[in-house]
Amino acid sequence: MTDSKTPRLDELEKGAWPSFVTEIKKAAAKKANSQDLLDQLELSYKDKIGYWKHGGIVGVKGYGGGVIGRYSAKADQFPNVKEFHTLRVNMVPGFFYTTEALRGLCETWDKFGSGLTNMHGSTGDLVLLGTTTENLQPCFDELAEKGWDLGGSGGGLRTPSGCVGMARCEFACIDSMDFIQEVTRHFQDAIHRPAWPYKFKIKCSGCANDCAAATARSDFAVIGTWCDTLKIDQNAVREYVKGGFNIDALVVGKCPTKALEYDSAKQELKFDAENCVRCMNCIDMMPKAIKTGKDRGAAILIGGKAPVVKSAFIGWVLVPFMKVDAPYAEIFDLITRITEYFDEHAKSRERIGELIYRVGMGNFLKGVGLTPQPQMVSAPRANPYIFWQDEEVVKHG
Amino acid sequence: MSNIDVKGQQIEVDEDGFLVDPDVWNQDIVEAFAKLEDVSELTEDHWKVINYLRDYYKQFGIAPMIRKLCKDTGFSLKQIYDMFPSGPAKGACKLAGLPKPTGCV
Ligand code: HEM
Ligand code: HEM
Ligand code: SF4
Ligand code: SF4
Repeated sequence: MTDSKTPRLDELEKGAWPSFVTEIKKAAAKKANSQDLLDQLELSYKDKIGYWKHGGIVGVKGYGGGVIGRYSAKADQFPNVKEFHTLRVNMVPGFFYTTEALRGLCETWDKFGSGLTNMHGSTGDLVLLGTTTENLQPCFDELAEKGWDLGGSGGGLRTPSGCVGMARCEFACIDSMDFIQEVTRHFQDAIHRPAWPYKFKIKCSGCANDCAAATARSDFAVIGTWCDTLKIDQNAVREYVKGGFNIDALVVGKCPTKALEYDSAKQELKFDAENCVRCMNCIDMMPKAIKTGKDRGAAILIGGKAPVVKSAFIGWVLVPFMKVDAPYAEIFDLITRITEYFDEHAKSRERIGELIYRVGMGNFLKGVGLTPQPQMVSAPRANPYIFWQDEEVVKHG
Repeated sequence: MSNIDVKGQQIEVDEDGFLVDPDVWNQDIVEAFAKLEDVSELTEDHWKVINYLRDYYKQFGIAPMIRKLCKDTGFSLKQIYDMFPSGPAKGACKLAGLPKPTGCV
């Protein structure tokens, strides 16, 4: 056995799959900071303590976000990671890059940073891991020259992110990539000059399969859907059944609202359009036989987040259906109203979901100028409670 | 922690360059910080922001939220960035001698 200085990390190189330890070791062969990163991590595993200090305020000129300050708490021992800041580079919608674009990015990063990247971070950004305060500005300048921009951080709009949508997927009800591109452009200031009490995330999925995980990961989720009815091709349904497809178990039985029934005598899939909640399951299972409706747009969900002040939230339905077509005036206006309300009323470190939880959905809706809809209630037909605004109580006597 | 030299005096700052002890703050320090944060000239408007931040900090012990800063000084966030290119937190608060604002990444 050789005398490895990182026996604990070496464990994570075993097996036939890629390993982040192997990658850090490769970077360490070229860069002293990556070597210190490796050794500090080994010590963290040994001591069971993370040796990064919390926070740090560093940045580039004109920007209040996009750089995450990271300082080692063991700088005496690992001087090369004393400053080891993260740059968030705004990714391209759908993560489409030419190899040339990536090579350019990597060359710059090899020059100014550790050479280690994280593509893509949970925020969506293209994350560049580890550089010094001094190198931030020249690194950013060179990236900007190559056409890249920084993403968001801090109390502001975070880099909007979405699924590949129409570029690769037949289920897309809206052009999620174009929407993300335009929302990023339109709200540039809010990304680069964080001004709000806390972070605000916009994510977009082309359909309810929600590949961008917008429902759980964004304050403002745009989910493609339709407001007419899904389209069933009965001949294609028969083909599926003939081929041995278990339609009762996989489609009928899985419909959350029991809107489907298979008549085996007539060999016909009966569909109760009024009860369909557009969950996508039947379409996913029989893509050749069932298609989304034709009148397409999006449902907006509000308040999704991971825990900090309160527990994790899944987004609430805020707007059951709205058109989402370029130039997106209506939805941009809605985002502006909501973020203004958020800025005005939220406490520091409170997400919009927590703000709504605190003030009540009724007050929030009034504040942003939306009317309540039955679709906002999880089981509207079984829930007899109606909350009236004070003035309505007086009006009705 | 490290020190910066302000007219021969050693001033202790944290790793992000913020004052460790807000009480040592003086005009010379503001001018030294101004150079570090790309503020070419300290105008009356700069002082309005700096004094506002100091007063707020003295009263509440924290930095104000950005919205409050803009509302109370009458400057838009864009104007603040024009005055302090590294922004309200890294720029303006540093010049005002506040300890590092605790933000979230
Ligand atoms: C003098 C006799 C009773 C009084 C004063 C009384 C009072 C009430 C009240 C005030 C409510 C709330 C109604 C609301 O939701 O606004 C209620 C609900 C209910 N009561 Fe009674 N109750 C009586 C007898 C009974 C009996 C004998 C049963 C069952 C055998 C019963 C079962 C229930 C149930 C299940 C509910 C809940 C209904 C729901 O979920 O909405 N109650 N009762
Ligand atoms: C033995 C005494 C009582 C019984 C058995 C009783 C029973 C119930 C029941 C079963 C409910 C329905 C709970 C639910 O929604 O699941 C209810 C609700 C309610 N009870 Fe009582 N109750 C009693 C005393 C009282 C008293 C003394 C008051 C008022 C001073 C009261 C006021 C209410 C109100 C306002 C509700 C409706 C709450 C809501 O819908 O949010 N009850 N009660
Ligand atoms: S969310 Fe829907 S449209 Fe987007 S990639 Fe996934 S399945 Fe396709
Ligand atoms: S989309 Fe979902 S709710 Fe609608 S019919 Fe298909 S399985 Fe049922």
